Amino acid sequence: MRDKIIQAQNVSFQYEDGAAPAVDDITFTVDRGEFLAVLGRNGSGKSTLAKLLNALLLPTAGELTVDGLRAVTEDDCYEVRKSCGMVFQNPDNQIVTTIVEEDCAFGLENLGTPPEEIRWRVKAALSDVGMSEYAEASPSMLSGGQKQRVAVAGVLAMRPKIIVFDESTAMLDPIGRRDIFAIAQRLNKEEGITVVWITHFMEEAALADRVIVMDAGKIALEGTPKQVFSQTDRVLALGLDVPGMMKLADRLRKAGLPLKEGVMTVNEMVVELCRLK
Amino acid sequence: MLKNITLGQYFPGNSLIHRLDPRTKLLATIALIAIVFVAQGFSGFLLLAGFVVACAASTGIHLKFLVRGLKPLMFIILFTFILNLFFQTGGTVLISIWIIRITSNGLRMAGFMAARLILLVLSSQLLTLTTSPIALTDGLETLFRPLQVIGFPAHEIAMMMSIALRFIPTLMDEADKIMKAQKARGADFETGGLIARAKAMVPLLVPLFVGAFRRAEELALAMDARCYRGGKGRTRMKQLKFQGIDGLAALVIAALLAAVILLNRLNLF
Ligand SMILES: Nc1ncnc2c1ncn2[C@@H]1O[C@H](COP(=O)(O)OP(=O)(O)O)[C@@H](O)[C@H]1O
Ligand SMILES: [Mg+2]
Repeated sequence: MRDKIIQAQNVSFQYEDGAAPAVDDITFTVDRGEFLAVLGRNGSGKSTLAKLLNALLLPTAGELTVDGLRAVTEDDCYEVRKSCGMVFQNPDNQIVTTIVEEDCAFGLENLGTPPEEIRWRVKAALSDVGMSEYAEASPSMLSGGQKQRVAVAGVLAMRPKIIVFDESTAMLDPIGRRDIFAIAQRLNKEEGITVVWITHFMEEAALADRVIVMDAGKIALEGTPKQVFSQTDRVLALGLDVPGMMKLADRLRKAGLPLKEGVMTVNEMVVELCRLK
Repeated sequence: MLKNITLGQYFPGNSLIHRLDPRTKLLATIALIAIVFVAQGFSGFLLLAGFVVACAASTGIHLKFLVRGLKPLMFIILFTFILNLFFQTGGTVLISIWIIRITSNGLRMAGFMAARLILLVLSSQLLTLTTSPIALTDGLETLFRPLQVIGFPAHEIAMMMSIALRFIPTLMDEADKIMKAQKARGADFETGGLIARAKAMVPLLVPLFVGAFRRAEELALAMDARCYRGGKGRTRMKQLKFQGIDGLAALVIAALLAAVILLNRLNLF
């Protein structure tokens, strides 16, 4: 059995007493080094779940262990935040300072890291996201995608084991979106960082190791992208779309072509169609 | 319309004065202001004015920017000049028309006060022209840090200032966008009297404020997520370091003080 870096046991969270829980009695695990996509319509509790993982919120019921830590005291919270970084949706609202490299240093400064070490870790983090040449630039001069890369570098400099991306590509143009997703994938593959990727884009989710679909604070579907998206009707009922190729495959199948299940990408479609010929 | 609001008046550069530690520049400016009060004669003022102008010239900043800082204070300077001119008595009477009497003492005093005010403004101009707002903030934080033991929130104030600096361009952009959106719907921000224009600003300010609060909330969360917990136990990547030129600046200021005291003693003019 692989090492479970996140373990949630009957976790619930209520913003206010009496209100419907935003996260409702969910149980799941995440493997170390996994790329997990989280889907779900607006208000289904994705952001709440993200904040629970980062100890920005503490469960009102249940047990949540992140990298072996259970956040109880305030100090635990900082430990959890250190090992589980978070990239938010709006690139403008998560950059704290007026110079790119100072922003990357912000987290390490908060941890009381010695200046020399901050210096080289920031340098490494910026080069990791391809923003070295902007080290001294002002964030207000950068594009949305570049700002988001800076935000990733700021998290990366803290050397987290997990990074949660909460719809971090939602406000970006297609190029910026592809960039950030590629960076997340590379960090996952090459540096072994566990990624929790919250998104609205099915094409991104299709490339994850595993997908969780949330609905009304509960986990409605869970499995590999193929397992999840092949239940087209259920996915649509949950207010989501399925990847375009999957829809096409579904329609071709209904039209009588014997395509095999789980065709998700253009490449797979090409292979399938050639096999039929 | 919003584009021409600039932040502070920093002129980037690489001159000796630009490269001084912000703490040095802050302390030197305070010292310079003190020296302006030490000077007791026009010879001293002349020396100080020469010094400020020479400093400005060495930074490559055009003198007109130095002088521009006087504009908003012109009224006060003129007012004190006239007040002193008319109400100081003593010395020989120079002009006497009706109840107005201008005496030699009055003229001297008026010139004295005006020269002092002008020098004060020019000295602080020199500081803000050559130091970026963020460096100023860092300098102030470090200088005030010892006061934290008596509960002075040096770190918090500095953090607030730097966040304000970070978000002013963002909010300007947003205001610009909202303005364009309102204009497209027929809003008119430019014509009408003061009250009409102020009223036209309401539909601009409301969404701007709502947006700013939402931003503030998200930023606070993002700061929390990166383990921010106030100034305690916090380090800085960029450490302010005094260098050779900072010692040199201290010497120059000390020499200036000595020269001004000497000029006072000589009592030239
Ligand atoms: N700060 C808050 N206070 C009260 N209720 C909230 C707060 N944030 C979110 N909620 C509620 O919690 C539910 C889940 O929200 P959220 O986790 O943001 O969903 P998602 O990210 O999937 O859109 C929603 O019904 C929302 O109205
Ligand atoms: Mg959300």
